[in-house]
Amino acid sequence: MSLRRPYRRSMAGWWRKNPYFVEYMIHEGTALCVAAYALILLAGLLALARGEAAWDQWLTLLRSTPSLLLHGLLLLGFLYHSWTWFHIMPRTLPPIRLGGERLSAATISNAGLIAALLASVLVWGLAMRLAS
Amino acid sequence: MSQVKVKPRTIRIEVLRYRPEQEQAPVLQAFEVPFTDDMSVLQGLQYIKDELDGTLSYRWSCRMAICGSCGMMINGVPKLACSIFLRDLYPGTLRIEALAHFPIERDLVVVMDDFMTKLSLIKPYIIPKEVRTLSQGEYLQTPQQLARYEQLSSCINCLLCYAACPQFGLNSDFIGPAAMALVQRYKLDSRDAGSAQRMPLVYAEEGVFNCTAVGYCSEVCPKDVDPANAVNINKTESAKDYFLRFLQPKGAQA
Amino acid sequence: MKRSNAPIFWLLFGAGGMLSALIGAALVWITGFAAPLGIGLPSEAASYANVLALLQAWPIKLAVLLVISLFLWHSAHRIFHTLHDLGIHAGMLARLLCYGAALVGTAVCMVVLGQFV
Repeated sequence: MSLRRPYRRSMAGWWRKNPYFVEYMIHEGTALCVAAYALILLAGLLALARGEAAWDQWLTLLRSTPSLLLHGLLLLGFLYHSWTWFHIMPRTLPPIRLGGERLSAATISNAGLIAALLASVLVWGLAMRLAS
Repeated sequence: MSQVKVKPRTIRIEVLRYRPEQEQAPVLQAFEVPFTDDMSVLQGLQYIKDELDGTLSYRWSCRMAICGSCGMMINGVPKLACSIFLRDLYPGTLRIEALAHFPIERDLVVVMDDFMTKLSLIKPYIIPKEVRTLSQGEYLQTPQQLARYEQLSSCINCLLCYAACPQFGLNSDFIGPAAMALVQRYKLDSRDAGSAQRMPLVYAEEGVFNCTAVGYCSEVCPKDVDPANAVNINKTESAKDYFLRFLQPKGAQA
Repeated sequence: MKRSNAPIFWLLFGAGGMLSALIGAALVWITGFAAPLGIGLPSEAASYANVLALLQAWPIKLAVLLVISLFLWHSAHRIFHTLHDLGIHAGMLARLLCYGAALVGTAVCMVVLGQFV
């Protein structure tokens, strides 16, 4: 007759017990910002489809303080998403060797951030061209 | 000449005790442990067992961070007890608990059976392309070929990565970081040709897609194996296999 | 052991994550501030006539669809896994709600964009 009785501990509140996990939940949480923004764009498309009056209403809404505050938060969310995405990226890639040496995680992350900067400039440039 | 006796510093160590025959659930027990600057947490435990409470149970062996036996939660972080100095945790209370995400057998001893099963499932040995005879001699490997998998072969099976992995904690069916690091170790070894046999474990529902890239496993690994990388590289491999399997001759499994 | 079907959703998650990491912030700036408020862009940029004309072009339609769709697939995957992390294991229901929303969003987007011709 075995006297063994292995004890299984609960996982409740696991992420609150370690700052590493708190940060993990925050960067996972940026998905809410991505979702919110996609839905905002979709709402804009629907307003456009309903005609000029609906679109003008949408523009007024976009110009309102609550909307500006929301977009401010979304902007911060997206920036944090970019930062953490490229921070994690090296972990997901096989070793990249350049001239015999393996590229460091920092190099790969920085390359990603620079790519984001360039892409953002391109998008802004495109927006200016399309707007004129 | 009179000797000035210096009172040794003591650190308060709280250990999560669990004796199934006498308690329903684990309970913290505090000890005052005198220590010198050269003592590790493991030595602190040994002092407790030798001088204060002989019933304390814990695993240990080499006391130099190579056997992987003394993994435990030290102030909530998975660490090898032999690799942390008491002086670095002083002043303040030191809380020692059994490795997270594993059932507690007794005190600081966890039930490791789940990992041992996974370890044998992944076939942790060289599976050569063809049977080799002794007369063929040894395998030859260049330093570059060795470098490809050497870091992954440093795994000491200490299970700190499993204690770090919340996905394993939430679902113990998940194959886990160390097992995946070993799968990758054999894949990158030029002597091995058994990846096809191991892949089904990788892309199974219990495989790599349970990982959400928390990355804490690689943070706590005492040997810098980087299991997070091993797991996440294989997400790409699994995805490639998922879509390209239909292009393979005779529906071959990869 | 059963093969996981996660690759489909994981690839969509990755594509959406990369796209949003590269240009998400810039897009929020443009559509949330620059265009409506006329900062760095002409004030008529966000007018009905302008935006409607813009969305006639198929490359623009495709770009808009990719942004909305991939952002939805990315967030659906991440939100589903975060629910699991928080201890909400509603299994198939959670899966249907999350990925279903992304699917519906994609479909609605396609239909609406198709109308601007």
